[in-house]
Amino acid sequence: MNIFLVLTFSGVALGAIYFLAASGLSLIYGLMDVLNFAHGLFMTLGAYAGYEIATRLPSSLGAPTLVILAIIGATVVGALAAGVTELILIRPLYGKPISQILITIGLDLAGVGLLMGGFGSTALQIPVPLWLIEPTHIGGLYLPNASFLAIGAGVLVLIGLEMFLALTRYGIIIRAGVENREMVRALGIDVGRAFTLVFVIGGAMAGLAGILYTIVFSGDLVSPNQGDSLLIFAFIVVVIGGLGSIRGSAVAALAVGLLQQYTSFYIGGHSGWAQIGDLSTVLLLAVVLEWRPRGLFGRVA
Amino acid sequence: MTNAVEISDLHVSISGSHVLQGVSFSVPSGGVTALLGRNGVGKTTTLRAILGLVASSGRIQVLGNEVSGWPTHRIVRLGIGYVPEDRDVFSGLTVEQNLRLAESGSGAQYDEVFSLFPELKTRGRQRAGTLSGGQQQMLSIARALLNHRPLLLIDEPSKGLAPKIVSEFAGVLERAAEHSTVLLVEQNLSVVKRLAQRIVVLDHGEVVHRGEVVDLEDPTLVRQLLGVAGAA
Amino acid sequence: MRWPSRRAGLLVGAIVLGLFIVLPFIGLHVPWVLPGTLDIVNSTGTLEVLALCFMFAGVAVGYDMMFGYTGLMSLGPVLYFAVGTYVFDIALTHWGWSLFPSLLVTFGVSLVLAVVLGAIALRVHGIAFAMVTLAFAQAFYFLVESNPHNLTGGDTGLSLSYTRMPSFLSGAVSNTRNLYWVALAFLVVAYLIVWLVTESVTGHVFVAIRENELRLDVLGVRPYRFKLVSFVVSSLIATGGGIVYILVIGTAVPSVVASTTVTLSILIMVVLGGAGTRWGAVVGAMVYVYLQQYLDKVGAEPTFTRLPAVLRVPLSEPQFLLGAIFVLFVFFAPGGIAGLVVRRRFRRASAATLLSAFQGLRKGGGG
Repeated sequence: MNIFLVLTFSGVALGAIYFLAASGLSLIYGLMDVLNFAHGLFMTLGAYAGYEIATRLPSSLGAPTLVILAIIGATVVGALAAGVTELILIRPLYGKPISQILITIGLDLAGVGLLMGGFGSTALQIPVPLWLIEPTHIGGLYLPNASFLAIGAGVLVLIGLEMFLALTRYGIIIRAGVENREMVRALGIDVGRAFTLVFVIGGAMAGLAGILYTIVFSGDLVSPNQGDSLLIFAFIVVVIGGLGSIRGSAVAALAVGLLQQYTSFYIGGHSGWAQIGDLSTVLLLAVVLEWRPRGLFGRVA
Repeated sequence: MTNAVEISDLHVSISGSHVLQGVSFSVPSGGVTALLGRNGVGKTTTLRAILGLVASSGRIQVLGNEVSGWPTHRIVRLGIGYVPEDRDVFSGLTVEQNLRLAESGSGAQYDEVFSLFPELKTRGRQRAGTLSGGQQQMLSIARALLNHRPLLLIDEPSKGLAPKIVSEFAGVLERAAEHSTVLLVEQNLSVVKRLAQRIVVLDHGEVVHRGEVVDLEDPTLVRQLLGVAGAA
Repeated sequence: MRWPSRRAGLLVGAIVLGLFIVLPFIGLHVPWVLPGTLDIVNSTGTLEVLALCFMFAGVAVGYDMMFGYTGLMSLGPVLYFAVGTYVFDIALTHWGWSLFPSLLVTFGVSLVLAVVLGAIALRVHGIAFAMVTLAFAQAFYFLVESNPHNLTGGDTGLSLSYTRMPSFLSGAVSNTRNLYWVALAFLVVAYLIVWLVTESVTGHVFVAIRENELRLDVLGVRPYRFKLVSFVVSSLIATGGGIVYILVIGTAVPSVVASTTVTLSILIMVVLGGAGTRWGAVVGAMVYVYLQQYLDKVGAEPTFTRLPAVLRVPLSEPQFLLGAIFVLFVFFAPGGIAGLVVRRRFRRASAATLLSAFQGLRKGGGG
């Protein structure tokens, strides 16, 4: 039972990171039809930005401050990278969605290549405070502190995003645009600004996801390809949740995170088949698509 | 008298089929011009081309501006209200939010719109997707009327609605036409006769008739142009 | 002016093919441009790189039939490529089968997988199709990585055993010349298959599906079966490529032969060359693979290591350079190399291909 609860806890933490990675992708796709392969790059950039901040700034600031600055820095760098990408590479190709997808593939390739050249292919270690590595003892359970960080960030972002989408004018424009971009234009609204905004928001969440994944699940290690492997799961989450739906992403991220933790422990742990956790997420995708081709929260035709 | 819309030699192709093949007509300022024709002759495409929602070649002038190649939002900001064929209200947003999106500047005439459609006021918090077809059409028309635009493009407002509601909408559009120019696509001839002064008839992507609404009193012409049995 | 006419195209193709056939006999010394460590045209290193070029060119032209001609953007060709590599490798190495039964079982497995998974994936359209194919391919990657029953060797990979191989193919190093010809033969066969299919009535239906699937439905043609045919034939060609790969390279490692990177590379090759043109895909793949290997070699040379970091880091990283070149192409030459060479004829087709591959993507959803 205890193990089950611990697995649930880390499954929720993993789900929180998947949510951060997937919701931006989902919004970008929903609004602009762009399947953004560069999202993996944004995540990796966030993680490397965090690494640079945590290692370059004077350690006299103290490890907790450094980690907080690293997380903020990762988010900002992700947002900037995505914003610049939208303005320079995506914007000139409006109306050519396939070209936009191809551009993001090329950008991801080039960006990851550059990171490999600059930082090397081997993983780098981010120094983190001891507190993040230690577990908290609650009701007989030892729960890793880093997971609290991921869950907290995931919940805050979910609430913030929902409020933004429900209450602000731009939020409403984005929701309307996901439903029917043409009609938004036909009301005299320049959707282009919403596109940039959605990229910036998505990039910020990607950067955050990148650094949190590093801290929570990869033993504080940063490597050039980590974003791309995370991206695969983000894609799976987006399709299960329904393209364009934030709530769908949240539910699907949770489901995928939990399933992955349970199966890799209960099945993988006994059979020694560690990848069963990863494999199960693809099976879940296949099942969901057979049952609901548009995903859990996808729009009906 | 100037023209609110002037179209000359408009061509549009959609996934390989040549939908509009050199359409030319003008919509004089003031009153209602009806764009008529059988299903699939390109009436909706013409409206969408005016709005820049489909790629076209030829000349399009809207309210004195040559708008070919402009982005849609710029064309609309010249002063167009648009009621699309399928209403296209944002079903995930509330009625209030739908109207808020349509606001431009500070001149939104909420009082007027709510006096035309009191139901929209009481249903402000309801999701547009849960409205009935008639209510969605109200919302769609309200969006177009909210800003007192000088030009209204209205696509089949009566489609799929009960006669009583249709005549209510006709009344609303009649009032709107007092201060706006209306280009109306409509299949219901009694609505056309009630509202329009001028008609333009399309067939197979070309203009086959330009005239006055009285032309619709001629049953042979109506059958020939529209394929329907005489005047109702 | 109408060039290249079909005949001129054939002539150029035949001359180039002839040159490649006799190339292993030419011991020409060419400085600078060769990817092998020796500056000799028929050195082992250069022949091996060219074999890889042919292999990917065959796979790319198969992918072009599905993506460029039929408008299906599958993100899973690597699955069938990896099936070719691994099933063939396992049959020879673990089961000790001889060449022909191994080939037979490899194509058999690929056929069954392509029919079943294709049938499932084609129930959805557009982006959803892309994602589902991506996910299936990823599942195979996870499977291979997990080393079930010690069959695949997991992350360390699986080396090919040559014991049951006919002597003219055994040993990647000693028979590079023969393997070079095998790869070239594979390219020719793949190209002929794609040519025959795309020039047939079936091929015309493919293009019609790409241009306007809905209209076909109205005409009473069921696009589903044709899409499945396109998917399956393209997948089988990818499997052939996987087999050639393991013959040439001799080792299968998941991150190299089964990861999404391979899919994206194939997609890039086809777009770089010009989608929907057949020969464009071949040229795109040759250029891509050649540059990849060549830049890798050049990047390690002393001239480069002495450069300041700002220049050295990007210039010595093939992945960066290829990504950047690709971005430039998508921007400035969306018709790819084919579009640059034969502007008038192909530009329209390629632009239409790209757009129409997307047609109905947003419509997405159930079939």
